[in-house]
Amino acid sequence: MLLISCPWCGPRDETEYHYGGQAHVPYPETPADLTDEQWAEYVFYRDNPKGHFAERWMHSLGCRRWFNVLRDTVSYDVLAVYRLDEPRPELPTLRDLHQTAEAAGGNR
Amino acid sequence: MTTTPLPEHPDWLWRNPEPRSSYDVVIIGGGGHGLATAYYLAKHHGITNVAVLEKGWLAGGNMARNTTIIRSNYLWDESAAIYEHALKLWEQLPEELDYDFLFSQRGVLNLAHTLQDVREGVRRVNANRLNGVDAEWLEPDEVAKVCPILNVSADTRYPVLGGTYQPRAGIAKHDHVAWALARRADEMGVDLIQGCEVTGFLKDGDRVVGVETSRGRILAGRVGLAAAGHSSVLAQRAGFRLPVQSHPLQALVSELHEPVHPTVVMSNHVHVYVSQAHKGELVMGAGVDAYNGYGQRGSFHVIEHQMAAAVELFPVFARAHVLRTWGGIVDVTPDASPVIGTTPIENLYVNCGWGTGGFKATPAAGLTFAHTIATGAPHPLNAPFALERFTTGALVDEHGAAAVAH
Ligand SMILES: Cc1cc2nc3c(=O)[nH]c(=O)nc-3n(C[C@H](O)[C@H](O)[C@H](O)COP(=O)(O)OP(=O)(O)OC[C@H]3O[C@@H](n4cnc5c(N)ncnc54)[C@H](O)[C@@H]3O)c2cc1C
Ligand SMILES: [Zn+2]
Repeated sequence: MLLISCPWCGPRDETEYHYGGQAHVPYPETPADLTDEQWAEYVFYRDNPKGHFAERWMHSLGCRRWFNVLRDTVSYDVLAVYRLDEPRPELPTLRDLHQTAEAAGGNR
Repeated sequence: MTTTPLPEHPDWLWRNPEPRSSYDVVIIGGGGHGLATAYYLAKHHGITNVAVLEKGWLAGGNMARNTTIIRSNYLWDESAAIYEHALKLWEQLPEELDYDFLFSQRGVLNLAHTLQDVREGVRRVNANRLNGVDAEWLEPDEVAKVCPILNVSADTRYPVLGGTYQPRAGIAKHDHVAWALARRADEMGVDLIQGCEVTGFLKDGDRVVGVETSRGRILAGRVGLAAAGHSSVLAQRAGFRLPVQSHPLQALVSELHEPVHPTVVMSNHVHVYVSQAHKGELVMGAGVDAYNGYGQRGSFHVIEHQMAAAVELFPVFARAHVLRTWGGIVDVTPDASPVIGTTPIENLYVNCGWGTGGFKATPAAGLTFAHTIATGAPHPLNAPFALERFTTGALVDEHGAAAVAH
């Protein structure tokens, strides 16, 4: 069970959240101009890194707001939590990696 | 007092050769699919200058972590064709490989708990029959006859409203399947190289000419990728993308029990699939964890959820104990169907995306992938499963028949 800090509600069990896959995948700016290959990329292709991954989560049993999480897909450690209007944080340093999930969360 | 001498150590089933500097074909991944591919390359195409490179040990990935359900009752023509071909190969493989890997055609029940389940189930039975796949629709009392320990009373949260039944479906002992294929491939000259991780690709422009490994550089005429959960990682190293997401998938076993469960029962709706292994343990699969993960372990609440449903469906299971749980990494595609075919890189071929259900396909995946590698073009059975379908839109949507279940 992951412990994830909602930027608005604080640390809660993974079972309160809904997973949304890769973050930072914007809707195409000029959809009418896209080739079939570009549509395939947008609709079906997502990154699948072994390591750090920026992904979306939604606090479905809480405030029901979407936010982003930077997580390690091998250790499953939550490395950072940030709002949709914030940029992906710089890769954390080793020291940051060892902070608790709660400390990694936003304002409570 | 006389002592009985220990039996002779059994012969090793394969050599453990040092990698050579070059092969006609290099297969990446020594799971069921990689081994079956090597076997059919040698058997059907006479290509024996082949290496299977495995970063861990043979069948240490999903091959020996799955719940071994074999069936072919998929909805669409393309899927029914390849899975039914696999089932026919399973029926002849024990003899062909001269190895009794306990293939047991004890039938698979797919339960329906809602009106929607019933409609989908009946539709699938009709589709299966048109495709020559043995399938029947069973009413609740008939379900109870096939599996007497199932609670089919109306008095449950998700009552059993019926089910589809495929009598020729069943289970097999997964690690023995791998060893049977490995022994034959080895006998025909294939080098099975364990402890050899592929770390990169040697390319000449857009053509692959070999691989970098933890045991040095190996040149290859053609390269076949059969790395299941790690397919995306390798594709990225080779310079292309796959429409695949890797998720943890867990399973568990109980302690040994007297035979109580005669068949295989699956329920997509309440997320249970269970059979009883030959030794007596109850083998159950859980759902995938929602998040991407390469950790070969998942969350405990997924196991809890699955056990709650299992105990409701099978009241006798309340007395059983969980002996151990484990996880694998499954490679999931957007349409729950596999990818077997060419890649944007010349001479590099891919077999992946089998997700939660590729064990049953092992022989057909191997046969079609070997054909694709040997001839450079797909076999009719895997032509519909090319990467291009995500661009053309010709998806093979098997979420109904595959879902989380197998
Ligand atoms: C818990 C669980 C239950 C399942 N239940 C069923 C079921 O009941 N029925 C069914 O049909 N299917 C089931 N499946 C799915 C099935 O196990 C897989 O689809 C299938 O095993 C995948 O093919 P494989 O055997 O070749 O994979 P694997 O055995 O995973 O083989 C891939 C191999 O590639 C190796 N590899 C990865 N990266 C590298 C590298 N860089 N260099 C060298 N080698 C590398 C890995 O170590 C691994 O051994 C289940 C899976 C899981 C996890
Ligand atoms: Zn919240």
